[in-house]
Amino acid sequence: MDIYRSHVLVCGGTGCTSSGSPAIIDKFEEEIKKLGLDKEVKVVKTGCFGLCEAGPVVIVYPEGSFYSRVKASDVPEIVSEHLLKGRLVQRLLYKEKAGDIETSLDKVSFYKKQVRVALKNCGVIDPENIDEYIAFDGYKALGKVLTEMKPLDVIDTLSKAGLRGRGGGGFPTAKKWEFAAKAQGDKKYVICNADEGDPGAFMDRSVLEGDPHSVLEAMAIAGYAIGSDMGYIYCRAEYPIAVKRLGIAIGQAREYGLLGKDIFGTGFNFDIEVRLGAGAFVCGEETALMASIEGCRGEPRPKPPFPANKGLFGKPTIINNVETFANVSQIILKGPEWFASMGTAKSKGTKVFALGGKINNTGLVEIPMGTTLREILFDIGGGIPNGKKFKAAQTGGPSGGCIPAQHLDTPIDYDSLIALGTMMGSGGLIVMDEDNCMVDVARYFLDFTVDESCGKCPPCRIGTKRMLEMLERIVEGKGEEGDVEKLEALGHAIKESALCGLGKTAPNPVLSTIRYFRDEYDAHIRDKRCPAGYCKKLLTYSIIPEKCIGCGACAKVCPVTAISGTIKSPHKIDPAKCIKCGACQEKCRFGAIIKK
Amino acid sequence: MKSLQELEEIRKRALDQIDLRKKGSGTRVVVGMATCGIAAGARPVLTKFVEEVNRHHLKDVVVSQTGCIGACRLEPMVEIYKGEDEKVTYVKVKPEMVAKIVAQHIVNGNPVIEYTIGYAEANNQ
Repeated sequence: MDIYRSHVLVCGGTGCTSSGSPAIIDKFEEEIKKLGLDKEVKVVKTGCFGLCEAGPVVIVYPEGSFYSRVKASDVPEIVSEHLLKGRLVQRLLYKEKAGDIETSLDKVSFYKKQVRVALKNCGVIDPENIDEYIAFDGYKALGKVLTEMKPLDVIDTLSKAGLRGRGGGGFPTAKKWEFAAKAQGDKKYVICNADEGDPGAFMDRSVLEGDPHSVLEAMAIAGYAIGSDMGYIYCRAEYPIAVKRLGIAIGQAREYGLLGKDIFGTGFNFDIEVRLGAGAFVCGEETALMASIEGCRGEPRPKPPFPANKGLFGKPTIINNVETFANVSQIILKGPEWFASMGTAKSKGTKVFALGGKINNTGLVEIPMGTTLREILFDIGGGIPNGKKFKAAQTGGPSGGCIPAQHLDTPIDYDSLIALGTMMGSGGLIVMDEDNCMVDVARYFLDFTVDESCGKCPPCRIGTKRMLEMLERIVEGKGEEGDVEKLEALGHAIKESALCGLGKTAPNPVLSTIRYFRDEYDAHIRDKRCPAGYCKKLLTYSIIPEKCIGCGACAKVCPVTAISGTIKSPHKIDPAKCIKCGACQEKCRFGAIIKK
Repeated sequence: MKSLQELEEIRKRALDQIDLRKKGSGTRVVVGMATCGIAAGARPVLTKFVEEVNRHHLKDVVVSQTGCIGACRLEPMVEIYKGEDEKVTYVKVKPEMVAKIVAQHIVNGNPVIEYTIGYAEANNQ
């Protein structure tokens, strides 16, 4: 094996792949060969670095130089300047603010406050090469568990660490494993829930794409702990890169004998297969997920019996989320005390969040539990673009709720979020600024759950539909006095009576926006006005005659010829014709067009 | 996989490959690779360093390049950093000198005085 003096790491996550990283990798290999550096410089395709906003991302080691928004046409310069002559290409280095140049990844404030446990290997190793995973202590935890620990010791270690499920509910992982370990059955199953469906969430995808072996290893450990020899990973088909890399990883692990029969010569057998979901949100619910693996319709069923007693094919089963599994091996290796030293009293360790919406550094961050929302959004996330004001952040996707500005300093953990009327969820964090209408946000999420409701239970099938209809009326200015109270009553009824988690949490976005932004609902209903200026039906565009110089630019750009007037005299907008597209306002250079 | 030793062997083998990406505190070999350095023959020197470092299985050594230090007449120049403040500068380095520098200086800790900048200047080479 050759040793190289320099490694070029190119992000192969979904974000960077779609912004062109495969072409960059090809170009690097071509240019490096052209200059005869191919014996000295190695090109590695890694998983997601997290700062998707700045993608495609390229990192050059040993310096750790962090190049952002690289194009294939930039590659010859990086190769001839940096790799050959050792001169950093300043113009491509990541800049936090104008004028400020960071040459190394570790110094960028996006990474400084992060603590990477689940994402430890993402952006560091080549996910398609098992040797690199092993080099970073991969499969050592499995070896330790099989040769030195009893199944109950494993569960005890997780219990001491205080690991809770990262998929949303926060159920103690050790408890789940303990129930399944104690359950009687000739066959037991381990399932990894990789059906990540929340809008804006991509934590699990990044782990699967960047570090698939960490999930495989943890599943084998789980198999040993509960006495199972078979695991399934239920992954959405919409994650083609993750599915491909899982397939490669499983193949390599089998080849090395880390999956299969008699692992480490201990007589322990474990194998894993991947099952693809067809994109139904409800299949992220554990009973629906199991039904789908069994080949049935993806519909939930009542609990109990819980999967730990009667799960897949009627056998004892544990289902854990991708991120939960990604923590397991490191807890075994570094000890439960290390893990429990991070986080808050009841929520230990770290949590990965996918930052999206109105935020400068869109991407993936991992922080210790107990970090405040302010630190996540402003120190790591880089704040709100265009100097706008922060209004709220939505956690937990369509099952969660919003956190308004007055609670920015709440330390984030499972329990504090529930107290605020939202939930941790799987980790999607969508940021909204002053231009977002909270009523419309609630409508958007409800629209999603109505679409994804499987229809099995009436509260979810009919109730959420009625709520959506009411919200649609409100944003169109047809809301009536008493609508808010009706929404609340119906919302609480659905929460109490729906069959599964999807229905039980579906009203959350509505209830939480009512709790914190009641005034916006009232403005829509009573004054027929959208305070954020977002709801189109409630807006009117008009021209201030004093500011209009009569250039006619707005009339030219109007797609429905709603603007009239003669050159050099103030123009007028016909509200009957106006479709409120906003094109005229964008075009006007004199600020003469306003929307109300 | 039949034993932990087997895993450990794979780990050690793979570690050589990725050591570069871990934070090391060891030795840094920096070769001047600006236009002047390249023109004076720095490329083969750098390649030779990589070869020698591999041959000795040196883990904590990083070979990298830098720009023009300013003393172009002394190129190819190589600077070797050990720890925080120790730095030795070699001048007019030729590929055939590299093996000695690696063995004597990097491995055994004794700089090759006759190749250093001080020696060259004193003897007005």
